[in-house]
Amino acid sequence: MESTGMTTAGNTTGDLTRLTALQMADALAAGEVTSVELTQAHLDRIEAVNPSLNAFLLVDADGALATAREVDEARARGEELPRLAGVPVAVKDIACTRGLTTTAGSRMLADFVPPYDATIVARLRDARMPILGKTNMDEFAMGSSTEHSAFGPTRNPWDLDRIPGGSGGGSAAAVAGFLAPLAIGSDTGGSIRQPGAVTGTVGVKPTYGGVSRYGVIALASSLDQIGPCARTVADAALLHEVLGGHDPLDSTSIDAPVPPVVAAATGTRDLTGLRVGVVREIGDTGEGSAFQPGVIQRFEEALDQLRELGATVVEVSCPHFVYAMAAYYLILPSEASSNLARYDAMRYGARTTPEGSPSAEQVMAASRDDAFGDEVKRRIILGTYALSSGYYDAYYGQAQKVRTLIARDFQAAFEQADVLVSPTAPTTAFRIGDKMQDPMAMYLNDIATIPANLAGVPGMSIPSGLAEEDGLPVGVQILAPAMEDQRLYAVGAALEEALRQAQGGYVFEKAPEIEVRS
Amino acid sequence: MSNLSRDDVAHVAMLARIQLEDHELDRLAGQLDQIVDWVGQVNEVAADDVPPMSHPLPLVNVTRSDEVRPSLSQEDALANAPAAEDGRFGVPRILDEE
Repeated sequence: MESTGMTTAGNTTGDLTRLTALQMADALAAGEVTSVELTQAHLDRIEAVNPSLNAFLLVDADGALATAREVDEARARGEELPRLAGVPVAVKDIACTRGLTTTAGSRMLADFVPPYDATIVARLRDARMPILGKTNMDEFAMGSSTEHSAFGPTRNPWDLDRIPGGSGGGSAAAVAGFLAPLAIGSDTGGSIRQPGAVTGTVGVKPTYGGVSRYGVIALASSLDQIGPCARTVADAALLHEVLGGHDPLDSTSIDAPVPPVVAAATGTRDLTGLRVGVVREIGDTGEGSAFQPGVIQRFEEALDQLRELGATVVEVSCPHFVYAMAAYYLILPSEASSNLARYDAMRYGARTTPEGSPSAEQVMAASRDDAFGDEVKRRIILGTYALSSGYYDAYYGQAQKVRTLIARDFQAAFEQADVLVSPTAPTTAFRIGDKMQDPMAMYLNDIATIPANLAGVPGMSIPSGLAEEDGLPVGVQILAPAMEDQRLYAVGAALEEALRQAQGGYVFEKAPEIEVRS
Repeated sequence: MSNLSRDDVAHVAMLARIQLEDHELDRLAGQLDQIVDWVGQVNEVAADDVPPMSHPLPLVNVTRSDEVRPSLSQEDALANAPAAEDGRFGVPRILDEE
């Protein structure tokens, strides 16, 4: 990509921000670099390119550097430290951070400063990872493009006129643009995996209940899952192990050890005997495939690589997946309308007081109209309707039955295959503004990722190359049975390495330099 | 099967405690009608003998022992309040003036 007289930032040889998290951890352990140097390099990069990307809503330079200094001092004293100690990380603005504004991308929470840390944030602190700041997102995680943020859209590092995916576009753009080696995301219908696909990064939705949601602002409680965003599969695994594990503060947290994902991501690359299932119906809109030709082409190549690694590719059928989107867009708004009822302008959040001496009810209604964006209002009203008397059975009740059918489809498919694969997102990154007026078109972006959320199974997106027609990143999705997250990492790491060799480098290494816009 | 009118949307918005403005109602009504029509396809598949699934995990009630623990201070609890007075949340009137 030619820059036309514009200045570019960073990207000098030996730039610390270009290292993987694993390389950073090793360099720190070997004393080749300090955490302060690493953290400062990322803060400099953020300062230079965040005005162009709007990936970070808040940067906590002082907090990050303080953690970095403590880690450096502890290391100098010879203290034993966690593996990622000193490696910086970014947090989606959906997780509560004590003393740091947490907005969920909404005007409703524009001034909300949590008095406590989400469990995942506490675990980052325990792991001694400097927290660089909070990343942009679609308001209350509703969206597939990060255009629904009340604080402006995030831009894709590959092309500033395009979306970085959603709702975790800020986290994905931060990782793809070398503003952070690692970031946290939340995935309700694909919000870690789909941004991963369109920014050329790795995104993982762990098994439902595998990572605590305590202190994470709720969207749809039976679908939401926290997970890692990274540039490599091994990096994602390292963060996954920091985040995962039982939390007594979350009643849906699985009381079992974290699956051995780091071992899987760094183990053998041989996939002999692995059965890979291609779901015939994934991506089917009911009126044909949603996938762009360049996306299909990269997917076919990924299948070839899997075969070369020793896997057998079989076709499986999940006949109810075509109804997954419809069920999702009933279940999500229903749970969201309930969860977002807490924003009543009484105890916290924005308050609008109409003239006169309004009642509490009038203040609530005016505040909610003012402080919620269009997409949030659309979904709250849809959910309230779906749950209302006379419609409950026809909509919400039926959607719950479809959910059962989808879970059964997965069960049957996993009898024939060890993992399932598909393209992650139907298209490469579209242009900012292109789908804003058409909610239905926006919803289609999650067509391949949604079934996993309905059934609670884990999923991963890894970069599978660039689409021929536009040179933009494409992702391949891997799905495994619940509690078998390590399978994603074993297959993902093997495929990542095979693709790296075949394509002459990682996808993220091919990202163009970011134009400096202010 | 749907036919979500502008009045229906206004009614549901009232139930959800969102005071929509007229232009919002106009836009949302059309979009919601289209979405409701589309999500209605769930009725094509799920037979009576299919049990509904509300959650991917078999949920059990999680309790803790009934003991006093530290909690948020009053100051912390009120720190984000839109209005506070005398260590309490300040809220508009809840009862009618009558």
